[in-house]
Amino acid sequence: MSMKDEVVSRPAGQERETGSMMGGMGEQEQERGERPKRVGDRVFRYLTTTSGLVIVVAIVLIGFFLLIKAVPSLLADSTNFLTDWRFDTTGGKLAFGIRDMLVVTVLSSLLALVLAMPISLGIALFLTQYAPRSLARGFGYLVDLLAAVPSVVFGLWGVLVLGPAIEPVQRALNAGLGWFPLFSDGNVSLAGGGNIFTAGVVLAVMLLPIITSVTREVFRQTPVNQIEGALALGATKWEMVRTTVLPFGKSGFIAASMLGLGRALGETIAVLMILHTATSPSGFSFFDGGSTFASKIASAASEFSEPLPTGAFIAAGLVLFLLTFVVNAIARSIAKPKKEKA
Amino acid sequence: MTTTELERPARPPVFHHLSTGRKARNHLATVLVSLAFLIALVPLVWLLATVVIKGWRALVSPDWFTHSLKGVLPDQFAGGIYHALYGSLAQALVCAVIAVPIGILAAIYLVEYGRGWLARLTTFMVDILSGVPSIVAALFIFALWISTFGLEQSAFAVSLALVLLMLPVVVRSCEEMLRLVPQELREASYALGIPKWKTIVRVVLPTALSGIVTGSMLALARVLGETAPVLVLVGYSQSINFNIFDGNMTSLPLFIYNQFTNPTAAGQLRIWGAALTLILLVMLFNLIATVISRFSAIKTK
Amino acid sequence: MAKRLDAKDLNIYYGKFQAVAEVTLAVPPRNVTAFIGPSGCGKSTVLRTLNRMHEVTPGARVEGEVLLDGEDIYAGGVDPVDVRRTIGMVFQRPNPFPTMSIKDNVIAGLRLAGVRDKSRLDEVAERALRGANLWNEVSDRLNKPGGSLSGGQQQRLCIARAIAVQPAVLLMDEPCSALDPISTLAIEDLIAELKKEYTIVIVTHNMQQAARVSDQTAFFNLAGVGQPGKLIEIDDTEKIFSNPGQQATEDYISGRFG
Ligand SMILES: Nc1ncnc2c1ncn2[C@@H]1O[C@H](COP(=O)(O)OP(=O)(O)OP(=O)(O)O)[C@@H](O)[C@H]1O
Ligand SMILES: [Mg+2]
Repeated sequence: MSMKDEVVSRPAGQERETGSMMGGMGEQEQERGERPKRVGDRVFRYLTTTSGLVIVVAIVLIGFFLLIKAVPSLLADSTNFLTDWRFDTTGGKLAFGIRDMLVVTVLSSLLALVLAMPISLGIALFLTQYAPRSLARGFGYLVDLLAAVPSVVFGLWGVLVLGPAIEPVQRALNAGLGWFPLFSDGNVSLAGGGNIFTAGVVLAVMLLPIITSVTREVFRQTPVNQIEGALALGATKWEMVRTTVLPFGKSGFIAASMLGLGRALGETIAVLMILHTATSPSGFSFFDGGSTFASKIASAASEFSEPLPTGAFIAAGLVLFLLTFVVNAIARSIAKPKKEKA
Repeated sequence: MTTTELERPARPPVFHHLSTGRKARNHLATVLVSLAFLIALVPLVWLLATVVIKGWRALVSPDWFTHSLKGVLPDQFAGGIYHALYGSLAQALVCAVIAVPIGILAAIYLVEYGRGWLARLTTFMVDILSGVPSIVAALFIFALWISTFGLEQSAFAVSLALVLLMLPVVVRSCEEMLRLVPQELREASYALGIPKWKTIVRVVLPTALSGIVTGSMLALARVLGETAPVLVLVGYSQSINFNIFDGNMTSLPLFIYNQFTNPTAAGQLRIWGAALTLILLVMLFNLIATVISRFSAIKTK
Repeated sequence: MAKRLDAKDLNIYYGKFQAVAEVTLAVPPRNVTAFIGPSGCGKSTVLRTLNRMHEVTPGARVEGEVLLDGEDIYAGGVDPVDVRRTIGMVFQRPNPFPTMSIKDNVIAGLRLAGVRDKSRLDEVAERALRGANLWNEVSDRLNKPGGSLSGGQQQRLCIARAIAVQPAVLLMDEPCSALDPISTLAIEDLIAELKKEYTIVIVTHNMQQAARVSDQTAFFNLAGVGQPGKLIEIDDTEKIFSNPGQQATEDYISGRFG
């Protein structure tokens, strides 16, 4: 009762502005305009907004700090940052370029993507359309299990188990298709498989659960009436999939693949463990060694002491940041329209 | 009806039969799709089998969970991952203590308050942050914490880098759960004269709680396996260090990476044992997450 | 405790769209007012402006005034939270808080407003549940989750929750539309009871229900798609159903509508 009296006993007659008294709207808009009287509301609002801002500020700071640490080293770079393959930061004179890192990063990630995309698509279709209902869930857990394997374990497996195991395949490809640049002799020995090819295969395995999980969700949302419509027309299962599920899920699948690509570009430890170091420039072959942006930075991390050499690696990190930024932005722009439809 | 009696087949088939081409294509698709799944199982089984076969013996050795490598020689079958397990859990826990509250509050901002350009910017930045490679997060913390503030390498610096990786995952999953809370519940609460912040804290959050916990556990599981930050931001140590703010501290990934360069049989056993431990730890967190999600107050699908 | 409610010249908007135009009506205390009219004519919208729930919708906006015993609830210094605590609401679909027990649901309004006194909360819970004719059915399982009740029981639980904070006015938006005839009857009986203490406004699509429970009836209508809804007439229920002042009202009531 006391609460009711509160309202009534409130001093009357604060002249209210005529017309629309509560402008634009949505409760919080009104609160913004009128200042909520409740301390709790104001504090809580302030707290949550600040937390949102933390994220914005974090990104800005990442870009800002990488940039200011990289610029002095870039200015001191005695060679072309974009086109030189060497990355020499020792001995007082800086001569570093990102050509080979870019090549290795892009080649290994693209190989991973090319291998992982069709298989992920197949898995997603299998789990949502083909697998018996009773088993689909269990099968799904199996694929998710791959996501539970940390990348350091993938690296271990890649370098100690998979690399040696697929070395004969690599030799055969190199011997048979060596005339084709991608399969020509690399700048490291084929022995042990410490090359882009092995890294790409391992990355592909790592991408499978990432691409599959998003694609699965999208496929699952295919409107049932479309599916039933196709089946009622006498379509075979494959025809139904091709005419309803695939068109519906296509953009989701591509977006998921782009997200996977972003992951592959930034993968550090697995690649670092697999790739052998190269002493000559990359010839755009899958059998090249060398390092990606991430693995190069990680391998040098223990020697970060002098600002200028460190800055060189930070410059490489900045390029990686921009690269993943662009890839993720593309993924989001592909994924967004789908979301609104759903 | 221009067809005459004569033109009709004597006895029309009850069903239209599929042409062989369509049938073949259908079968082929089924085979390929099933094959894709089987192909994915190959690395999974291969990898897990390798890790278990090569590593199980380490886990059953008496000292594995109770001793560090203090005073253990590289080729000696002794010691364990006690220090690395502590390191992994401590770094992840500190990370979670920072990232989960900020993540939940940011998600609340996005769902309950956010309108206009700031909310859109925040959403965009969460997307960007979720795409930041772990090595870049590590470099940033290095540039900020160590090279600008002049502080030492420490486990805490690792936790800070992990926060950057965990935050977007927490925000996303929490946001999703909050959006699943029916608007009706908020309105019911407002209609009782309950202020907005109390509605969020006492009605909306409890309803979404299990989903939020699940999401946080999954994010934590992911962070446990991150290696790049520990390579850049903290040193390796043979023995236990309880202090996250000072000195070297080994975590499981760092332990594996370090023992990777130890070619002895003992070293091999250690890396596979640590790999198995790490996988089991991640799976444990995933399992806890799944169990918690069973207790959801929101009925999904 | 029951108070009168007057709405004057209400123009109600969702963003640019005007949903309701120029509604003026008076709701006397201890009286049941029914809102009837075709779907989309703005009954819910008007109802939600009567306790400032309308502004919860993003972009929503109101012009005009709503007076509770002569005080404008939209006046500058008035906190919508206080308004809602004074003017309660029951929704179309029962919406108990899923994380709370039956009892916690009933006392949620008081407890979240800071009332700690356990014996008082117990007392209020029992009084509200008795008031909502639910006590006999749930007194032995007060600690079970609110969602474990049947739909009709849940709706009465929501009514109990609304009257536990002792509002002056109770707004109900199609409270029976999700319920079976028996539960509907139970709620109608309850409304007749509640009338002794509360001012009630109820939206209903059920003409018989309006005739059974209300003292006065307001008929809303819509000139066309995209046009704002308007109040056609408001009068004693008996008069509206036997001898309405407007042709449109008669058409609607006799089913000759549209
Ligand atoms: N959240 C909203 N945003 C935009 N327009 C809305 C919203 N809610 C209702 N409207 C519009 O306002 C008008 C009135 O809607 P309202 O829900 O008040 O009708 P109603 O009379 O309660 O209908 P019903 O009998 O079906 O419940 C309709 O044209 C509707 O489309
Ligand atoms: Mg309505």
